[in-house]
Amino acid sequence: MNAIKKTTATGEEGWSLVIEPSRSLFSLRLKEVWRYRDLLLLLVRRDFVAFYKQTILGPLWFFIQPLFTTIIYTFVFGNLASISTDGVPGPLFYLAGITLWNYFAECFTKTSTVFKDNAAIFGKVYFPRLIMPLSIVCSNLVRLAVQMLLFIIALLYFNVNHADIQLTAFIFLVPLLIVQMALLGLGAGMIISALTTKYRDLSFVVTFGVQLLMYATTVIYPLSAAPQKYKRLLELNPLTPVIETFRLAFLGRGTFNLQYYALSIAVTLIVTVAGVIIFNRVERDFIDTV
Amino acid sequence: MLSLAIKAEHISKAYQLGVIGTGTLSKDIERRIARMRGKEDPFLKIGEINDRAVAGKSDVVWSLKDISFEIKKGEAVGVIGRNGAGKSTLLKILSRVTTPTAGTIKARGRIASLLEVGTGFHPDLTGRENIFLNGAILGMTKKEIAARFDEIVAFSGVERYVDTPVKRYSSGMYVRLAFAVAAHLESEILIVDEVLAVGDAEFQRKAIGKMQETAAGGGRTVLFVSHNLASIRALCTSGLLMHNGCLQYQGDIGTVIERYSSLLHTGEVMKMQGSFAADADRQAQFNSVQLQRNGQPMGDNGVIDVFDKLSLKLSFTVRKTIYDSTPIIWVKKDNVDLYWTFLSDATPDILKNGIAPGDYTYEVPLLHPLKKGMYSITIMLGKLRVMDYHKAENVIQFQVEETSFDPTIHSFSANRAGIIANLTSWIRI
Repeated sequence: MNAIKKTTATGEEGWSLVIEPSRSLFSLRLKEVWRYRDLLLLLVRRDFVAFYKQTILGPLWFFIQPLFTTIIYTFVFGNLASISTDGVPGPLFYLAGITLWNYFAECFTKTSTVFKDNAAIFGKVYFPRLIMPLSIVCSNLVRLAVQMLLFIIALLYFNVNHADIQLTAFIFLVPLLIVQMALLGLGAGMIISALTTKYRDLSFVVTFGVQLLMYATTVIYPLSAAPQKYKRLLELNPLTPVIETFRLAFLGRGTFNLQYYALSIAVTLIVTVAGVIIFNRVERDFIDTV
Repeated sequence: MLSLAIKAEHISKAYQLGVIGTGTLSKDIERRIARMRGKEDPFLKIGEINDRAVAGKSDVVWSLKDISFEIKKGEAVGVIGRNGAGKSTLLKILSRVTTPTAGTIKARGRIASLLEVGTGFHPDLTGRENIFLNGAILGMTKKEIAARFDEIVAFSGVERYVDTPVKRYSSGMYVRLAFAVAAHLESEILIVDEVLAVGDAEFQRKAIGKMQETAAGGGRTVLFVSHNLASIRALCTSGLLMHNGCLQYQGDIGTVIERYSSLLHTGEVMKMQGSFAADADRQAQFNSVQLQRNGQPMGDNGVIDVFDKLSLKLSFTVRKTIYDSTPIIWVKKDNVDLYWTFLSDATPDILKNGIAPGDYTYEVPLLHPLKKGMYSITIMLGKLRVMDYHKAENVIQFQVEETSFDPTIHSFSANRAGIIANLTSWIRI
């Protein structure tokens, strides 16, 4: 109450809220986002709780999904197609790739439909819309944590039987890698979400686009095994250096090229900033077109 | 100190008609077009009103046109209008769900809007979890909700179910809980849309009581949209009347409701005279009818006061003698029958002897004084309960205002009980 009195007591001109047709492109109202941080936390909690309500296995499902994906990848890509895993045991190699990749993919696909999925709420109540994509990224962080746990368990298991795996100093880059994946998913997702309010077509593109993108990223094969003529192209993909560095950190296998890594960071920043700006622009009256 | 809580200046909102993108034609917008009588040229300056149809050229429709108003702090304001009048658009802009195309709104304090109860409720979460989630969506912090948690639960009356997922709630319980959260918001301005239409009578009373309390005691400003005029009258002190995207009237709630009722049933506002083409097939017919003040015809836009001496000038033609018949004047106030008057009251022998062929003109004084309200007059010429030679429904309509006296002290002011005023004498014996 006190904080509000301060703003209302400033006399005839002391308006605390002005609603106008347009605001500056860069007025992102991040302060307001901060004021709604409790909502962010509650939404994350909601997503987490709602995920396993009325299930028998509960949070175990977070394990089961990547586990089965890994088994299938090991069978299909490892045993049938015999794609190189750089000397690393197949399951470990795929698990490393899909743990981080899933995080990106989830952030990206969920964010890209954020307006459509939340039209009912957005049409009735105002809160900084940025909260929603942020909550998606944070919710998936919980998932990522669970899957990382699975990965680490697998790492320990194979380490006992297989001495050829070593952690490298790149492990200190892992938090940055996670942030990068979050921002790439968030930024690209927000750009798509803004466009899907007008053109629904894009939401179809996203679903299989993500699958195609996975094959254009070094998730199921190492960069070192890629044909020379596509190598350059793969390295330009901002997701490739992230995955490669991640594997280098935990498995000691992978390629780290400072040049491409810097490029990846630059792309991440550009995508994020562009995403936030576009999102903020559309957010204000998307409800009229959605 | 009565300072302003909301100041809206020249608010307009345009919606794009037709196909957006690749073939997603919004149904909402389609409906909106149907309701709009005329389109507007998008190249017109915003705020200019053009009621003529601009054929083919326009794909933009103005859902709100140049609306300006001020709302004082602590006021409870009812927003009334027919469907498509622009109420919901106005509320959406105020609650920042969408933005105006032009104009600005300034407000003091937090605006919390309740356009729907239970926004963001998740069926799988318990009542407790949903209280926190919904509260946060409505703009409260976790701490604020925790401080009021017990109050919210007590108000909703669902204590027993607070740890049960809300999908197991009855719809009544769901609404109670959702409203309870919103009613305990700590915002300076509360916007409520139709939500009281749900829930049982007891809960509605409770909800209205709560809102009255917050508006009066808490110094909160309440904006309330409803089609339930009784709850609007109970809750609000003043009102905004919307019509076709324009703000038709702003004033005390009684007047707004009266004007709304007249809009609702007729669509037109004032009719001071009527005339009828001669029709040789009719045995008898009216030629013209005219509302008069002090014996002079009323102008179309004149303001009528409670104490104005009004009369109806009525002319009719009888082509062949009519028996058992009389001209009838039927006066309604706010669509409630007020009284009838017959020519045969004064001259009963016309029923037996008939009215001979010829032209007749009468001047009939109306009841005096008339309480503030919307009046409509139907005239009939015919046999009682058998047939009408001619009937003109609501041919005269006018609004009576309280302009000549202080309405707070007199028995005949609009906010007192009774639909007629009677200036009787009090004789002490």
